[in-house]
Amino acid sequence: MDTSLNNDLITRPDSMLGRVISSAKLRDAVKGIKRIKRSHRQIRTENVFKKTLVIVALSTIVLVLGIMVTLAWQSTLSIKASGLGYLWGKVWDPVQDIFGAYPFILGTLLTSFLALIISIPFSFAVGIFLGEYFPNGLASNFLKNTVELIAAVPSVIYGFWGLAVLVPIVRSFETAIGVTPVGLGIFTSSLILAIMIIPYAASLARSMIQMVPSNLKEAAYSLGATRWEVIRSVILPYTKSGLFAGILLSLGRALGETMAVTMVIGNTSLIPKNIFSPGNTMASIIANEFTEADHPVYLSALIELGLVLFLVTVVINMLGRRIIKQFTQD
Amino acid sequence: MKSMKGLALAVVALAITAGMTMSSCGDAGNGSGADSSANKGGEDNTILGAGATFPNPLYSKMFSEYNKTTGLKVNYQSIGSGGGIQQLTAKTVDFGASDAPMNGKQDSALSAPVIHIPATAGAVVISYNLPDLKDTLKLTPDVVAKIFLGDIKKWNDKAIATINPGVKLPATDIQVAHRSDGSGTTNIFTTYLTKVSKDWESKVGKGSSVNWPVGLGGKGNEGVAGSIKQTPGGIGYVELAYAIQSNMAYAKLQNKAGNFITPSIASVTAAANITIPADAKVSLTNTDAPDGYPISGLSWILVYKEQKYDNRSADKVSKMLKLIQWMIHDGQQYSAALNYAPLSPAAVAVGDAQLKSVTYDGKPVLQ
Amino acid sequence: MDVHIKYRIGKSGVFQVVVAVLAFACVVPLMFILFYILKAGITKINWNFLTNLPKPVGETGGGIANALIGTIMLVLTASAFAIPVGILCGIYLSENRKSKLAYWSRLCIDILQGVPSIVIGIVAYFWLVKPLGAFSALSGSAALAIMMLPTIVSSTEETLKLLPDTLREAAFALGMPFHRVILKVIIPCGFSGILSGVMLAVARVSGETAPLLFTAFGNPYLSTNILKPMQSLPLLIFNYATSPYNDWHDLAWGASCILLIWVLLLNIFTKLVTRKWKVQL
Repeated sequence: MDTSLNNDLITRPDSMLGRVISSAKLRDAVKGIKRIKRSHRQIRTENVFKKTLVIVALSTIVLVLGIMVTLAWQSTLSIKASGLGYLWGKVWDPVQDIFGAYPFILGTLLTSFLALIISIPFSFAVGIFLGEYFPNGLASNFLKNTVELIAAVPSVIYGFWGLAVLVPIVRSFETAIGVTPVGLGIFTSSLILAIMIIPYAASLARSMIQMVPSNLKEAAYSLGATRWEVIRSVILPYTKSGLFAGILLSLGRALGETMAVTMVIGNTSLIPKNIFSPGNTMASIIANEFTEADHPVYLSALIELGLVLFLVTVVINMLGRRIIKQFTQD
Repeated sequence: MKSMKGLALAVVALAITAGMTMSSCGDAGNGSGADSSANKGGEDNTILGAGATFPNPLYSKMFSEYNKTTGLKVNYQSIGSGGGIQQLTAKTVDFGASDAPMNGKQDSALSAPVIHIPATAGAVVISYNLPDLKDTLKLTPDVVAKIFLGDIKKWNDKAIATINPGVKLPATDIQVAHRSDGSGTTNIFTTYLTKVSKDWESKVGKGSSVNWPVGLGGKGNEGVAGSIKQTPGGIGYVELAYAIQSNMAYAKLQNKAGNFITPSIASVTAAANITIPADAKVSLTNTDAPDGYPISGLSWILVYKEQKYDNRSADKVSKMLKLIQWMIHDGQQYSAALNYAPLSPAAVAVGDAQLKSVTYDGKPVLQ
Repeated sequence: MDVHIKYRIGKSGVFQVVVAVLAFACVVPLMFILFYILKAGITKINWNFLTNLPKPVGETGGGIANALIGTIMLVLTASAFAIPVGILCGIYLSENRKSKLAYWSRLCIDILQGVPSIVIGIVAYFWLVKPLGAFSALSGSAALAIMMLPTIVSSTEETLKLLPDTLREAAFALGMPFHRVILKVIIPCGFSGILSGVMLAVARVSGETAPLLFTAFGNPYLSTNILKPMQSLPLLIFNYATSPYNDWHDLAWGASCILLIWVLLLNIFTKLVTRKWKVQL
């Protein structure tokens, strides 16, 4: 029924209905109908809204599965051609169509773990400093904001800076210790990565350390423990799993970093001999060769690398987040 | 619980079908592209090209000049020769550009024949970093192959010393630098090495990215040049235009006729002054010309021979062909200033013939 | 005092100094980078630089207008996809914390957070560029939108979770329908948290290069058609910095400087927003 019609019936004095039925009663009745209608409409909108929410939530799942399926589908050609041996194959030779991912998997692991080893003392120091020693104050605020800004600088810019500033420094260092002075290589990219991943472990370490119950710490102090002893015997053991999760998240970031690494790693498909050798990571070989893959198997082999990279980072990130969730729920 | 399972199944099924259709659409390439590309032609005044990095500075100059006189906007992206071929195959660009002619593998991926039009020529020079060396280094093909194979490891190796009598060579290690990204430059260089060295042919071969036996990679000419400049004892290959631009030392190379040739615009044009086959797919490396520099190569524009595909308008096709025609004639005047070798008359003639063979709906476009 | 106790106190003091030194050492590389980029880039920036198109090699006075407009267009389009979807998804997750769907959706958002950008670039190429048969700003925006989603979803979810339940219950008690409670009460209360999430996401994708290489593709001319290739700042930096010409290097340095300032401003602004409204992220 049309609402305007009802209004007409009530308000128009010459209306038949208006004269017959007492207008006050009718007004009440119509108001009731209107209210019911409005709530019907609202229920409908509410349902639509709720359904939209469900659809949006579903779409994120579809998106991730879609990414996985696309990568898997596009790499079938390479999976068929090289099988599982792809992962252990030591030679990457596009001319002969021999594709082995081992040099890149090794390169990725070397750069990422080296970066972790370099960055952990620093990121944990930031975490302890901000979480335990000076949670407030001007200096800590400055430190906290600056460390967060490290994550904000685009990776292309890290790459340039690395090329312009870090490479010559590393080269003179290499000359000093007597290895071939190249400058580019796994060590340089690990240094850049180490800077880039500091904020991830640091911010997690800070919030985990702040969550340590103060009665635990106070109990230790009352037994005569020094600050260092409290940190070592109470805080660090208590936050162990959280700190580990921070390391995992940093690792996930380091594994997938593309642009900065590509610019300073030296880009060679040979298996790196030591940490100063040039190499390639999974992400950097994709960035270097995706454009030039001129036949289907080659392209497919690169996409398979993308698939491996995707799966590895997914596992590491999920592990890290699972640990954080457990830690925060306890 | 049951409904939850059903939901989960539905999601997985949906994702898989979505992924599959997307991917299979992708494989078909042009199937669904027809509608969206309908508005490509007509009033639209842009041409999209992609490919070789090496001629990019020249092309961008040419396209900018052409834009001033005709208003046609050419968007050229230097994503690499292989990328240009790949995108042309996928029909996502109007023309491709490559430093290497298409090979059998690439041809077989095409849905229709593609023609090669030579647009400019360049050379790959062997650049080195020996700060104490006053004279220009001389190299023979054999020595170059051995250095890049890793057989010659020191600068004062006997093989280098004998071709450079009287030159004081240091006892430093040779640091080989090569391109890490696939590139036409690498293709020209490895094609040359394959021609002159049996060892290279069997161990490495030719291609736009090969499995290098020694050395470190740099991305682009700049990456290689950077490695050479910063590493005493470094050696590598870069494009002539780039070497001149950045004041690098480069070697004289012995050609087929036995002469040591300094790479220059003149010696590259000389190398290109040979008989060019009708399909223009010719390698200039190891040229027979007595004064030609041996590591030279043409750079091609690639277009489909039949231009009526994906609802392309006749207007757009003729605009594009006129552009290419202008590039190989009037456009050549911009070559020398940017250190590119102008096309030899033989190459221009072949290019003209190729352009005239392009058809739209079976009829030739240019008269 | 006992020697042993003195030793322990001394050790504690030494450790504190070591932690402080290591912590502040992290600031050094960032300052180094900022200083270097600003020094190299700031002299290149002037009015012509901001309003001209890039010139071919050998001609001076080129600018980066196409990349500036392109980046703004790309990020705006990506935001148009990502912000509504991200906020709605965040609402769902905070309202249905325990449901199976929320569990899986949250898991997928976590996964997305960690996907390397180059992989998203590959996927966007196969989803949008190949089927449509053309490189387009749209495909670049889609890739960027996928990268924006996790940040927006998790910041929305976290913010809304922190709002007291009494707020929601009071609104329901007044007879407000669900969607109005969310749109008129919950969202406005969590606005600053959501806003800062959005700004962080924008800052993150403004500097992304890898997913644009094969989607937005680049364009030497000014283009505002999202179905056509489009230039962007990170792409321009990447392309021109790897070229052998000094004119183009200058453009790349200037562009780096502008990109860096823009990203840092966004981050600082986010900090101010969160501080002003006392949001916990």
